[in-house]
Amino acid sequence: MITVGVTAFQGAVEEHLVAVERALHHLGREGRAVPLRKTLGDVDALIVPGGESTTISALMQKTGMWREILDRAEELPVMGTCAGCILLATEVVDDQVPTLGLMDMAVERNAFGRQNQSFQCMLEVAGFSDPVPGIFIRAPLIRRVGRDCQVLAAMDQGMVMARCRNKLALVFHPELTEDVRIHQYFLNMVED
Amino acid sequence: MPLDLDLEGLMYGTELVKRGFAKMQKGGVIMDVTTPKEAITAEEAGAVAVMALERVPADIRTAGGVARMADPKIIRDIMDAVSIPVMAKCRIGHIAEARILESIGVDMIDESEVLTPADPFFHIWKHDFTTPFVCGARDLGEALRRIHEGAAMIRTKGEAGTGNIVEAVRHRRMILRQIRELRDKDENELMEVARKIEAPFDLAKETAKRQRLPVVDFAAGGIATPADAALMMQLGNDGVFVGSGIFKSANPSKMAKAIVDAVANYDDPAALAEISRGLGKAMPGTNIDEIPQGERLQERGW
Repeated sequence: MITVGVTAFQGAVEEHLVAVERALHHLGREGRAVPLRKTLGDVDALIVPGGESTTISALMQKTGMWREILDRAEELPVMGTCAGCILLATEVVDDQVPTLGLMDMAVERNAFGRQNQSFQCMLEVAGFSDPVPGIFIRAPLIRRVGRDCQVLAAMDQGMVMARCRNKLALVFHPELTEDVRIHQYFLNMVED
Repeated sequence: MPLDLDLEGLMYGTELVKRGFAKMQKGGVIMDVTTPKEAITAEEAGAVAVMALERVPADIRTAGGVARMADPKIIRDIMDAVSIPVMAKCRIGHIAEARILESIGVDMIDESEVLTPADPFFHIWKHDFTTPFVCGARDLGEALRRIHEGAAMIRTKGEAGTGNIVEAVRHRRMILRQIRELRDKDENELMEVARKIEAPFDLAKETAKRQRLPVVDFAAGGIATPADAALMMQLGNDGVFVGSGIFKSANPSKMAKAIVDAVANYDDPAALAEISRGLGKAMPGTNIDEIPQGERLQERGW
């Protein structure tokens, strides 16, 4: 039985809760997904969803959750998508937004441009037999990763998915599609 | 939605991408601003986006005459000042204004009743655009007609520029009741309702099944205090637009932060009490029955 928390300050929270429940079902694992607004509780894994990174960062810092996540930085598996990816990074290129810094990487906000440059495509991901749908919304790009990080997907423009031990960062939105393989991949990083 | 299997193919402006943008705004506050300085205040307060305007609705109401799209220079200056998304308004049915806003690169277009309508027959066919649209609605039929035309997000119309929440609540209550009334209806009965409320059948059916609007659904029009914002969230809205409520208050920066906090803590009365303390004067309010029938903005559009 695992409990996956989704930080619920702002953004696509509901979509991640649904995707986790479906991924657990596909894997035949017992577990649940819970929205987190004040504390981390006893979650076994954490998802930081997409939304506005400036807003999520500001709201999260006002609760004790920011400190709780940092206290469990070593052992807690965390997945960040889009804004969540920015919050995981140790460095944000040309920007001041405060981050948790759980993954040694540099991320550039809105790297593709504004909403008119947002797109969807099929993406090759290392270790996946078939491409996964990628929805990129005012997406960031991963510009640099540390030595113990593994790049799982990249496009001509730059890196879009990376893993560093028990941390997973994606600049796109798997929660906006019916395809839950990326959530399954993350759940496989979480021990019972 | 079928996805192109071509690995090189990047598809722009799809429904998934447009509705996805709106989903990233959920749980957030979108603030009306008229200058780069106000936009920075909004961003620092935690706004998820700003609406770039020449005048806030309260001033549009006072000025009278024909209200049009803002000067592109004002919009561009605001886009340059902040990193969060920037939205702008065009007149109902004004395809040319909408194309101008798209070419400037605003992140979302509000086809808004706050401006004077340009087309007496049609709203914009929004599927033709790469930029997503948000539109106002007073009831379920109006909301589903806008979604059918391609709106990626719906907001209540409320009564903009009044600082009076009653019309936003009226529209939200109306939509909630009409969604609830769709429950447990068979296809024939759904067809009957769809015809009555002048909504496309497929969207009525999807709404009946999901028991919510098929797109992100914000509150707008009259939100003036943190408690107003919390009320709309308690009524099930996904987030709020605040127009005149912030920069017509005595302390805009404080009010902006308080409304952001209120949306994040909408179901925690003790937190709301703390958030609402000592904010200074809210914007002055207007009673709806003091506004002559023909001057009510919510009656624009159909």
